[in-house]
Amino acid sequence: MSTDAGAFMTALTLILGLDPYLLDIVALSLRVSLSAVALAALMGLPLGAALALWRFPGHAALVVALNALMGLPPVVAGLCVYLLLSRAGPLGELGLLFTPAAMVVAQVVLVMPIIAALARQQVQELHQEYHEQLASLGLSRLRMIPTLLWDARLGLVTVILAGFGRASAEVGAVMIVGGNIDGVTRVMTTAIVLETSKGNLPLALGLGIVLLGLVALINAAAYLMGEMARRRQG
Amino acid sequence: MQHKTRIALTAIGLIGLSLAAQAQDGEKYITLASTTSTENSGLFDAIIPQFTEVTDIDVRVVAVGTGQAFEIGRRGDADSLLVHDTAGEKRFVEEGYGAERADVMYNDFVIIGPSGDPAGITDAETVAEALTLIAETEAPFASRGDDSGTNRAELRLWDSAGIEPSGEWYRELGSGMGATLNTAAAMDAYVMSDRATWVAFDNRQNLELLFEGDEALFNQYGSILMNPERFPHLKHDLAEQWHEWLLSDEGQQAIADFEVKGQQLFFPNAKQ
Repeated sequence: MSTDAGAFMTALTLILGLDPYLLDIVALSLRVSLSAVALAALMGLPLGAALALWRFPGHAALVVALNALMGLPPVVAGLCVYLLLSRAGPLGELGLLFTPAAMVVAQVVLVMPIIAALARQQVQELHQEYHEQLASLGLSRLRMIPTLLWDARLGLVTVILAGFGRASAEVGAVMIVGGNIDGVTRVMTTAIVLETSKGNLPLALGLGIVLLGLVALINAAAYLMGEMARRRQG
Repeated sequence: MQHKTRIALTAIGLIGLSLAAQAQDGEKYITLASTTSTENSGLFDAIIPQFTEVTDIDVRVVAVGTGQAFEIGRRGDADSLLVHDTAGEKRFVEEGYGAERADVMYNDFVIIGPSGDPAGITDAETVAEALTLIAETEAPFASRGDDSGTNRAELRLWDSAGIEPSGEWYRELGSGMGATLNTAAAMDAYVMSDRATWVAFDNRQNLELLFEGDEALFNQYGSILMNPERFPHLKHDLAEQWHEWLLSDEGQQAIADFEVKGQQLFFPNAKQ
């Protein structure tokens, strides 16, 4: 059987057989990436909105920096978090290295700039459109943040999905700070790297197909939710 | 509208925190920095459960190159090391990072190459001769190039053959053993591998084992206990149980019993 046909068979067997090894890995991948995206959204959305509303010295530099960080190589983020959480590093006392918590931290570093930068853009457009109405309501800029974020929510779902895509697809950061420990910090992407290095290409590709399917499912769910919300509004 | 946003953000935050908090747990475990060869061959899957059954201690393996394993150890991020670079291991103890090092097991390195064997190394008497033939014919050779134990051993072998490998034919990949074998298979290159990874490796394509058996290809693995004075935060008691178990009759037997495709991959040789 050729490798690619074998991969589909392997993927099917893994999914249909509810392989416990696979289920553990999928559960951990989701737990790590979803919590990272949630925490990143919590910080990134208000930050993006604030950057859209306030102008201050260094504003442009901050926006450019945030945009540039969208392209931060995961392995660099991983290395920085590794040095931070390592026993010899400033936060070593916490003992977080090689735990899922460390992987969450690394992914927050990767995802937060994406969410903040894209949210800034969305909120800025809305703000330009409704600036006068909002001002006539007598809202301070601080109080405009939640209003604008709520009005932009449909677009922000896409922003959060972009963040999730980045988190679930990256391997460089979680490999370094998690260590790819079997049953503890092994996620989909690091398992794929491991199986590839064992020369077990069908299993590696099979895991890749499962990962792709999972991301597609989450995107489909978000799309449906968006459609429903739009219909209710419409 | 404002409080809806606040509710939404709070909910998102709570989800994030609870998911992240779940990720912590309190079971008894040690972190072991080890090599890709031991992990990729499946040795740990075979022996760690036996250790856990006796002691109730889980061993979390971070599998990296030996150079990186030393670095993890130097930073105090692992409770014990199981690596294969005896000279480097002794230095690690002398420099005060490790407290103790002991021989655990050995296997050997083998030279893999395209089945056509363009350099004709199957007829070589010694590994030095085999490497000389490869260098003379300038047949592609894939080197790990990642400061791992295998990479260090390979460089020592070139050195003792009196060759300084360089040029188009000598490719430093900077990858783990398995990844290097994948690349070598794709470009029909010669490559030096530890026997365990080679036997367990599934994507051989045109590659074959071409040279083996020279004493210079001996590959010794050692276990290192960390220095408690330098790293007071590490789990020395648990790590010592692991170290002692590896050297015990029970641990040595577990290593000897591990087979892949009917072949024993590691040979215990702890000094009793």
